[in-house]
Amino acid sequence: MSLRTPLSKVRGLGSAKDGTEHWWHQRVTAVANIPLVLIFAFVLVNAVGKPHAEVAALLGSPLVVIALLMMIGSLTWHMRLGMQVVIEDYIHSEGKKIAALIANTFFCAAMAVAGGFAILKLGFAF
Amino acid sequence: MTNSDIPRERPLSPHLQVYKPMLTTAMSIVHRITGVALYFGLFLVVWWLIAAASGPTYFDLVNGFFGSWFGRLILFGYTWAAIHHMLGGIKHLVWDAGRGFELDSVERVARLQLGGSIVLTILIWIIAYGVR
Repeated sequence: MSLRTPLSKVRGLGSAKDGTEHWWHQRVTAVANIPLVLIFAFVLVNAVGKPHAEVAALLGSPLVVIALLMMIGSLTWHMRLGMQVVIEDYIHSEGKKIAALIANTFFCAAMAVAGGFAILKLGFAF
Repeated sequence: MTNSDIPRERPLSPHLQVYKPMLTTAMSIVHRITGVALYFGLFLVVWWLIAAASGPTYFDLVNGFFGSWFGRLILFGYTWAAIHHMLGGIKHLVWDAGRGFELDSVERVARLQLGGSIVLTILIWIIAYGVR
């Protein structure tokens, strides 16, 4: 006999309360990262050795801004999920683990906002 | 019985050191290490973007750091980590589809990934610095 309530069976979320969401988001952002990072690599290769004005114009062009914004969003979400697994695997003390998980979220959020703001500033400057 | 009555030294399942080291094991560990490296390395990417958004003076300063031999060494390593992690990620997506689990295929893909990541990294740097 199962001790699970009918409601928990129907929801199918298990003890972690989010079912396969973590795994699925990791995969979706992984797929998104492939073209977005390749676009960024292409932009970087074109920016090497150029003066500030040319680099700023390149980074601020609409298509680049759109791609880089999506990249920053997808990358920071992907790396937050990845680091969460690393923390849960290696840090066994409950207090330290929770502190590390919060620090992980803060770092990724800071990177997303800082990167996003820089890209938007470059985009609106032209 | 309270928690403190449970003996502390309970047997653990065998860990990494009891297994023969293999390429596939190393690739799995490197996938995680490159992931962590890319995580902290994004700070450098964001730093560079902020520098570009801040104006010529600060941009030249930051570019000077990335243009030094030390900066280029970090960027070269970062390029390789990104390519290697990306190829590993594509491999995982194929595995997620339930394909490519045959032993010979797993071994071959591991070699392809390692070789491919090195070749692609060098290729990107030749294009970036060699073309002009």
